[in-house]
Amino acid sequence: MGIPVSYYLVLSAIMFVIGILGVLLRRNALVTFMSLEMMFNAANLIFVTFAAYYRVLTGQIFVFFVMTVAAAEVAVGLALMVAIFRTKHSIDLDQMSSLKG
Amino acid sequence: MLTEMAIFIFLALVVVASAMAMLLSRNAVYAALFLAMNFVTVALLYLILGAPFIALVQVTVYAGSIMVLFLFVIMMLGAERLPGGEPLRGQRVLAILLGCVLLVEMGLIFALRSGLLQIQMPAVVFSEPVDLGELLFTRYQLLFLVTSVILLAATVGAILLTRGDKVSLRDLLQRKE
Repeated sequence: MGIPVSYYLVLSAIMFVIGILGVLLRRNALVTFMSLEMMFNAANLIFVTFAAYYRVLTGQIFVFFVMTVAAAEVAVGLALMVAIFRTKHSIDLDQMSSLKG
Repeated sequence: MLTEMAIFIFLALVVVASAMAMLLSRNAVYAALFLAMNFVTVALLYLILGAPFIALVQVTVYAGSIMVLFLFVIMMLGAERLPGGEPLRGQRVLAILLGCVLLVEMGLIFALRSGLLQIQMPAVVFSEPVDLGELLFTRYQLLFLVTSVILLAATVGAILLTRGDKVSLRDLLQRKE
């Protein structure tokens, strides 16, 4: 009864691949960040699915921690982006090549 | 059973469609709003999976605060309009090709490794937030405390990164004396 586990896994895989495509294709650093968040979300979906499948709560606890770390990461990442925009007046990822040898 | 499946398929379609719309939209504000829609739909999937606490945390943290942060930065920087065109020749084709390869690989792993495609989900048990909180404050208490340190460090880091050049730490200390 219920929905097979594989449906959730396939949905999560599709979300993860769309996130990877966003990182690979988009040049706007903000959209790249959003794609990273979507990959986090895909991993969280698998965690919750297997937490429901094995009937343990540890998966949900880990999703909670992943969300917290993602929130911290977004705060620092957006601050970095504001700092980069101040010096370079652009958040195009192709412009951020100052460290290139 | 049938209604459950219909609801799941509808939600899955909304998830995939909003993700694709985020990927393809040229305006960063629209991309952020599509992402918020994606997060809310995934929260509904969490509810179906019997995880109400995680679903509500998803709505408040992701669809609430993180999206507000994104929209704030997009509008502050004025980065709504995105440049078109591809930086490297053939990058788009290559990226889509590699993405498809990754998707096929994941599908193969799911199908071959453990026969997960045949496994049916058992009847989902509604997990009380009380149980989750009890586990969080007993077995995972150390992790919980470490998380608070991470959030504090992120807050301090974000403030330090975005403060203006005018005020330095030395000025603040001297002003205090």
